[in-house]
Amino acid sequence: MDLATFLIQCLNSLQYGLLLFLVASGLTLIFGIMGVINLAHGSFYMIGAYMAYALAPVVGSTFGGGFFATLFVGLVLAVIFGYLLEWVFFSFLYEREHLQQVLMTYGLILVFEELRSLLVGDDVHGVQPPDFLAGTIPLGEMMTYPVYRLFISGVCLALALGMWFVFARTRLGMMIRAGSTNREMVQSLGIDIKFLYRVVFAAGVAVAVLAGMVAAPVSSVYPGMGNQVLIICFVVVVIGGIGSIRGALLAALLIGVVDTFGKVIFPQAAGVLVYVLMALILLWKPSGLFKAG
Amino acid sequence: MMADTHSRSRFAFVALCLAALAVYPLAAGSYGLDLVTKIMVYAIFALSLELLVGATGLVCFGHAAFFGIGAYAAVLLAPGYEPVSLGWLLPASVGAAALYALFMGALSLRTQGVYFIMVTLAFAQMAYYVVHDTPLGGGTDGIYLDAKPVLAAGGNTLIDLDQPLAIYFFTLACLAAVFIFLAVLLRSRFGRALAGIKANEQRMRATGFSTYPYKLAAFVISGAIAGLAGFLFGVKDGYVNPELLSWHLSGAVLIMIILGGLGHLRGALIGAFAFALLQEFFKSEAIFGDFAKHWHLGLGLAIIASVALLPNGLVGLPALWRQRLLGKPVTGRGAPSAGDTP
Amino acid sequence: MTAAAEVLLRGTDISRRWGGLVAVNKVSLALARGTVHAVIGTNGAGKSTLINILSGEIPPSGGTVQLLGQDVTAWSQPKRARAGLGRSYQRNTIYPGFSVFENCRLAAQARTQKPWWWWQNAQHCPASTAAAHAAATRAGLDDQLDRPAGLLSHGQKRQLEIAMCLATAPEVLLLDEPLAGMGAEETERMLALLAELKSAHAILLVEHDMDAVFRIADTITVMVNGAVIASGSPDFVRNSHEVQAAYLGGH
Repeated sequence: MDLATFLIQCLNSLQYGLLLFLVASGLTLIFGIMGVINLAHGSFYMIGAYMAYALAPVVGSTFGGGFFATLFVGLVLAVIFGYLLEWVFFSFLYEREHLQQVLMTYGLILVFEELRSLLVGDDVHGVQPPDFLAGTIPLGEMMTYPVYRLFISGVCLALALGMWFVFARTRLGMMIRAGSTNREMVQSLGIDIKFLYRVVFAAGVAVAVLAGMVAAPVSSVYPGMGNQVLIICFVVVVIGGIGSIRGALLAALLIGVVDTFGKVIFPQAAGVLVYVLMALILLWKPSGLFKAG
Repeated sequence: MMADTHSRSRFAFVALCLAALAVYPLAAGSYGLDLVTKIMVYAIFALSLELLVGATGLVCFGHAAFFGIGAYAAVLLAPGYEPVSLGWLLPASVGAAALYALFMGALSLRTQGVYFIMVTLAFAQMAYYVVHDTPLGGGTDGIYLDAKPVLAAGGNTLIDLDQPLAIYFFTLACLAAVFIFLAVLLRSRFGRALAGIKANEQRMRATGFSTYPYKLAAFVISGAIAGLAGFLFGVKDGYVNPELLSWHLSGAVLIMIILGGLGHLRGALIGAFAFALLQEFFKSEAIFGDFAKHWHLGLGLAIIASVALLPNGLVGLPALWRQRLLGKPVTGRGAPSAGDTP
Repeated sequence: MTAAAEVLLRGTDISRRWGGLVAVNKVSLALARGTVHAVIGTNGAGKSTLINILSGEIPPSGGTVQLLGQDVTAWSQPKRARAGLGRSYQRNTIYPGFSVFENCRLAAQARTQKPWWWWQNAQHCPASTAAAHAAATRAGLDDQLDRPAGLLSHGQKRQLEIAMCLATAPEVLLLDEPLAGMGAEETERMLALLAELKSAHAILLVEHDMDAVFRIADTITVMVNGAVIASGSPDFVRNSHEVQAAYLGGH
């Protein structure tokens, strides 16, 4: 493997890892703070991708907007959707056992898949990146790298930093962290814990939807994408440690590297490599790499 | 006293079900026969999971892996055009599933709670990808079983699993055997230890039980029985594909035991039937016409509704009705020897 | 207590650190048969951590634990329990869904596990059923055998917690606040039980009820911030300056 190819695979690993991190962080956050395991989280990613496909013409003709306008509209819709979903469905899951949460959110996956099928169909679609991001930059003498992929990495990194900032440096973040360790105490301080949870949930949904929207030009839009990303997210959370954002980042990057280089070096075993990695890490650290926090 | 009449009526119910299944072929057409054979296979599958989830409290979300491995072993170990002997194909397939259960359990049982759920799902996916992506599993097209196994003795064919009636009754026999085996196992010291682990693992350890070997044993036995179900499924259809290891199937079997009622062996039986009938209902074009191809929607809503509204499953319905109609208090499961009941 | 009393459980220089925090600081104690050794101290003094190290739930950062002459520092909790170390918890760890008898029987089964006899009904095992009956009777619960444990009164649940300990035929009993939440009458009954048990066992008692402790203990160890500040007979402890200053509030 020459240097240029190696560099390309590194960049691909980074991009894939950061994207995974974005989706997985929503999952681990919702679990860490509200104690809900949500199998339908992958569906939000899928919804994001299909939105990128379906919304672009609508936004274009109604507002005359382009790519960023579509992203913005999608984000707004996602926040509203997440807010309503928490209110109507997920708020009832907090008190339930994990098995019940697993099964109810599994039922939700089926519902989402069929609604998507009814509204947008089951076809596979491609989504074009916007023109100003569709170019390539040169790498070495003969290779080039798509600008859009760098854009994805940039967006994910920006969002990650934004999340860190909110958690570590703002009052809202402090309240959220307090609410996860001591619900009653936070309530007795006059903070509306229900509203807080709703906000966190909506944020988790929005992040996953945004990830799907941003990833659509690269991964294409197909029905099974939600389930596929969900299971890898589970592996991220298992390796990284439940509730740990730091762990999710490290695990996602690790998986990004193993998966990307695995596809190049062992194409046949590529799908299995990630799970072998998980098995090895579990042998060493049964609770994942980091503790919650 | 109360407990005796309860157990007698429970056994009577199960015996009645098995008897009904035994005479069903007299009334059934070929579609019905095939359907009920499939349901009985699912019932065996559900019983295996009940041992793990209902009796030991280990929520495994990767059980389809053992089902699929049992099915694939049946086909891969019998590649030729001559029927092989049931006498070794069955144990070999069950053994393959048990082996993967040993591997998966040894690693997964180091984790707990939600972790365990996620890890079992991931390991099942690993098996899925091996079968899906590598030439071993024949890829998405799957593999065909060219000659179904037979049981022969002294030159005479005793059981030819190519015959629909034969596979039906053989499956029924396996179902009855598995049910009886689990009922006996759960009453034994081993079974009581599992119940204790489910109720309070810390107390079991403080008392002197090394809980890991018990859990691993339960995992392997459960995987083996799931492998048996998979074997029967593969032999019945004569065809296997990677979807037999998909997590949709893992989810489906979990729903079966919740729908039927967790903590009761007959719940697995009831749940398998109820789930299969629900699927047939939503898939039916006669009722839903064109919309029937979106049967996942109805199924998804039914799943959400049943988990939300029937926390004790269908098994808890008679008690619920008794309470609503007659005002009698629900006796609940705080009976003197709570733990898995048949 | 004779000088030659048999020491059943010995902890030597037990320490436990969590990062920078020292939870237990070089604590040593010896439990002899026929005695009750009480460990007292304020909340956060390290008593729970100490008892968890002795029972095997947490490994120590330093020091050793010896049970019946054997070094069990590396042994898991179940292994120590099988060797004769019984433990009760501050919060009830009974099985609420099972009957009182089944609670005791399951505990007794730990001694005669035989898990591979899968065809035999557990209720037909004479060793565990006999031990269960004996333990329940000793704890004063022989009239409640069929009752679901979840329906017992709080005091009865604490008795059951002890009964489950006894069902495993232990040599040493580690009791974590057995009197927690009990009324006067129930406390009397429990103290009578402990007095009766002490002749055959070595008992370690972590308790907050000072009256009970001074009545029943032969040795008292006082812990503050993870370290032992005084250890000896009740009179010695009562008159110790260090204890008065740090804990009993001075005279």
